Amino acid sequence: MMNETMKVDRRDAKLALAHIYVAFTALALGGLAGLLQTLVRSGKLQLPAGISYYTILTTHGTLLGLVLTTFFIIGFQFAAISRTAGTLSDRVRFWSWVGFWTMTVGTAMTVFFILTGQASVLYTFYAPLQAHPGFYLGLTLLVVGSWISGFATFAHYARWKKEHPGKASPLLTFMAVTNMALWLVCTLGVAATVLFQLLPWSLGFVDRINILVSRTLFWYFGHPLVYFWLLPAYMVWYVCIPKIIGGKIFSDSLARLAFILFLFLSIPVGFHHQLLEPGITPFWKFVQVVLTFMVVIPSLMTAFAMFATFEAYGRSKGATGLFGWLRKLPWGDARFFAPFVGMVFFIPAGAGGIINASHQMDQVVHNTMWVTGHFHLTVATTVVLTFFGAAYWLVPHLSGRVMTKAMNRLAIIQAVVWAIGMSFMSGSMHFEGLLGAPRRSAFSTYGNSPQALEWIPYQIAQAVGGTILFIGIILVLVIITNLAFFAPKGETEFPVAEAAEPQERAALALENWKLWIGITVALILIAYTVPFIDMIQNAPPGSKGYKLW
Amino acid sequence: MRIHKYEKIWLTFGIGCLFVFLTVVGVSAFAEGNQPPSCLTTIDPEKVDQTPPFNKPGLVKTGNNEYQLNMVASAFTFTPNQIEIPKGAKVTINITSKDVIHGFEVAGTNVNMMVEPGYVNSFTKTFNQPGEYTIVCNEYCGAGHHMMYGRIKVVDK
Repeated sequence: MMNETMKVDRRDAKLALAHIYVAFTALALGGLAGLLQTLVRSGKLQLPAGISYYTILTTHGTLLGLVLTTFFIIGFQFAAISRTAGTLSDRVRFWSWVGFWTMTVGTAMTVFFILTGQASVLYTFYAPLQAHPGFYLGLTLLVVGSWISGFATFAHYARWKKEHPGKASPLLTFMAVTNMALWLVCTLGVAATVLFQLLPWSLGFVDRINILVSRTLFWYFGHPLVYFWLLPAYMVWYVCIPKIIGGKIFSDSLARLAFILFLFLSIPVGFHHQLLEPGITPFWKFVQVVLTFMVVIPSLMTAFAMFATFEAYGRSKGATGLFGWLRKLPWGDARFFAPFVGMVFFIPAGAGGIINASHQMDQVVHNTMWVTGHFHLTVATTVVLTFFGAAYWLVPHLSGRVMTKAMNRLAIIQAVVWAIGMSFMSGSMHFEGLLGAPRRSAFSTYGNSPQALEWIPYQIAQAVGGTILFIGIILVLVIITNLAFFAPKGETEFPVAEAAEPQERAALALENWKLWIGITVALILIAYTVPFIDMIQNAPPGSKGYKLW
Repeated sequence: MRIHKYEKIWLTFGIGCLFVFLTVVGVSAFAEGNQPPSCLTTIDPEKVDQTPPFNKPGLVKTGNNEYQLNMVASAFTFTPNQIEIPKGAKVTINITSKDVIHGFEVAGTNVNMMVEPGYVNSFTKTFNQPGEYTIVCNEYCGAGHHMMYGRIKVVDK
């Protein structure tokens, strides 16, 4: 039984690898777009051949925010459920491939319309800026493909439950299922606005669009999206990292509880992105601010579990003193080091998040470079470095190869390069934002205003950071290509730790999906029903489309 | 489910902080009136030029040292875009958009609003510091987004 599940089945490995290849291709293209952005914004470079800054910006946001993340996560999760709940059935695997190809075709369509300049609407595609219908259709396919993969995941989980009555599911599988449940519930919002509002409107079936409704549906999806990125990183932290360092999972059932809390609390929080909008009453904004803050609780639980695992391991190796255990950790192992750097960056990132979600402080930083700096810490450092760290064992595990010492050293250098580059870039973005510089803007001195001239040195620092980060991207692409195609053949472990106390009964009780989904829906209804009715009843005349690029 | 004693302390401390933060935000918002801009007024975005007060954008005196600043955002300008405000004046800024979504931010202050077609947004601010402020559009609105700006001069009367 154990041996059967130790190695991901070769057919499942192919599926997971296909997702990972698309993810890293997106990283290459989107990363290049990011480099160009920082260079343009520094004022030292003009894009050739009339390429618009905003086309590059749309490419960067879409490929890294939506494509890299979604593909890596789904690929990783397929590998995780195959490893912990057994080889996928032929049917589940067939539908997973259908999901993969639907997503890939959708991505190709979307990227085509962006690169040909027909959809410079940024990855938030706010109406009434109107992109080519093919852009929205491509995004629809991307989302629908991910749903097919989500249902394939649920089917695999259901089969395991049926075959193991009265047993708690493997922790990684449970976490993957929770994350896909979160994804399905939150993408309903973006699907609704794209299918019922943006597509008919861009195709000319209807003339006008309700802006506030489309924004609200977008942000209903837009913030949980962040947790959809974060939860797989937490899966690696909770389950894989303890095994890599040689320790145990601090508590299986507390890990499950944290994931369930994320499912409840990540979705009814979108209004904190809309705090400065005209059509929502302050009371409902505050309700969602409160719900947003509650996400702190599972985050703190995760932080505790991580450091408890590290400390328990260090002490079991004979560490003494308050922080002696820090020295016992495997600093030379990139599988640990890269995610750890990510964890460290999550501390200021989380603090910044609390600032963004607060009524009066958001007033100062909303839509400034501060926000850009913030999510380059959360997503582009914490999540991405954890994904890199996971790829360092996942890719060779799936490709039947091993990571050499040289590659491991290169991976450590990569994480250091990333940390330095991001400190420059994100750090100066935060300061620049506090001085008022707007996000998502090309280089401008705003008519030589003294305030805008103050921002320029920070923009140059961002370009320095962006260049260092691009070197980091090249390094990681070298490592991943090596691990997938050129590294020596051999066996690499898919690390799954055991729980410190494996026989906890609470774990099973935490699989009451009807109750969890019910609570999630109830919280969403509480947070959205009244303001949503208000938006429709007090709607202004709708907007027709504009193509202003 | 067993929760470790240290974890209980840690979570109690964390949740305690959470309530302190939320109380601070809540008291500031509901007791002291530091609410985000949430004017619930709607307008036909295609008839902004005919609808008062936006048919005559600009600064209007409404009381002793109190003003209304009515502004229109459109791609890629603010109307008016050069504004003089007497020092110490309490100014209610009303703004709406004629086309797409814009941002209205007086850089370096807490004056910051989303400007959406169909809605009027409003924020009140007392300008106590003399000087020159740059107004920037901080929501992407098209190819000329970064060229969209204005100036507020706070002057001694």
